[in-house]
Amino acid sequence: MRIMITTTKPEFDSPVDPNFGRGAYFVVVETNSMEWQAYPNPAVGAPGGAGIQAAQFVSEHKAERVISGDFGPKAHQALMAAGVGMYLAGASASARQAVAHLEAGELERLGGSPRQGSKSGN
Amino acid sequence: MRIAVASGKGGTGKTTVATSLALCLAANGGSALSPAGPPLLLDCDVEAPNAHLFLRPSWEAVWPVGIPVPQIDPAGCTACGRCAEVCAFNALAILGSGVQVFPELCHGCGSCTLACPEGVITEVVRPIGVLRRGTAQQGIDFGHGELSIGEPMAVPVIRELKRQVNARPGQVVILDAPPGTSCPVVEAVRGSDFLLLVTEPTPFGLHDLRLAVEVGHALGLPMGAVINRDGIGDDSVIRFCENEGIPVLMRIPFERAIARDSALGRTLLETHPEYAPRFRELAGDILRQVEGAR
Repeated sequence: MRIMITTTKPEFDSPVDPNFGRGAYFVVVETNSMEWQAYPNPAVGAPGGAGIQAAQFVSEHKAERVISGDFGPKAHQALMAAGVGMYLAGASASARQAVAHLEAGELERLGGSPRQGSKSGN
Repeated sequence: MRIAVASGKGGTGKTTVATSLALCLAANGGSALSPAGPPLLLDCDVEAPNAHLFLRPSWEAVWPVGIPVPQIDPAGCTACGRCAEVCAFNALAILGSGVQVFPELCHGCGSCTLACPEGVITEVVRPIGVLRRGTAQQGIDFGHGELSIGEPMAVPVIRELKRQVNARPGQVVILDAPPGTSCPVVEAVRGSDFLLLVTEPTPFGLHDLRLAVEVGHALGLPMGAVINRDGIGDDSVIRFCENEGIPVLMRIPFERAIARDSALGRTLLETHPEYAPRFRELAGDILRQVEGAR
């Protein structure tokens, strides 16, 4: 299974970045082999709609699940549309540990309705 | 002549000045100050319009205003991603096997429609607010916009207000701008002949006045200042205006009676008619500056 995690550094042992849309990096992991690769988040400097652009990046990489500290309402809507499962990293100390927690079924999965609230688009 | 009233800082007295200036011009309709009769006042603070609370217009029309957003025919869409690529605001994204539209991020520029190689994008108008038009006391023509709750973009409503509520030939237009110095303010004041900046003599007032003056310079507008709540704070605003060559055209003192009457929803000119000559002077000073700049 292919999982993406938002990270603060381009490493699998990096802390999880608490932001989805404006997280610094994405680490992509194949859980069969535990091979991973890091990418800078292309949406990090977007003037608006960063969550949507980041979700498109996740969708392009054909990840089935994504782990982050939190997901904004538009990112939530976009990832739902893309059919990507969203998981909260919770207390996981690193991306590697978050993946282990996910595989052990210990991470909270976000459900159908997104959090309310929206930031200004000026 | 188009006079924009702006401030930078909110709550300095833009609407106090704009409404009383409108009443003054109405009272002097037909004179050199306002040759085409009572003015048109446009309340451009579409996120929190309030000039109508003071001038109490009777509304003659209300109509929706919106922006064109893309609608995609999924039958012909190949999910090639051109629309998402050209969108500067991430209002479209390729997610899974199709395009998802996020209308609240769309600025209505039309780039996606032009870029779509399959021609499957049509534009539908998404309402984001309303415009209203009416007549207020002393024959003042009145218009304002109201952005719907939850909508993030004020600019299209301001743009359509200015485009759709028109002045008669020669009629003076007063534009009551929103607070701040970002896009909605620029949209409200652009195209004006004069920028009247209402400020207060405090460090906060000065900080935001500096930003507002930068906007005025960037737009090449002649400017003048009104100092409200005169008597509080310090003289740094006055010194700033002197250094910038911005004339201080009026001062309104910090008085409990003025605040009280304003809180009752009444204009300064109604409750303090002794200000009538000072507003006439203000209008005259603005007219002279505009004519001098031409």
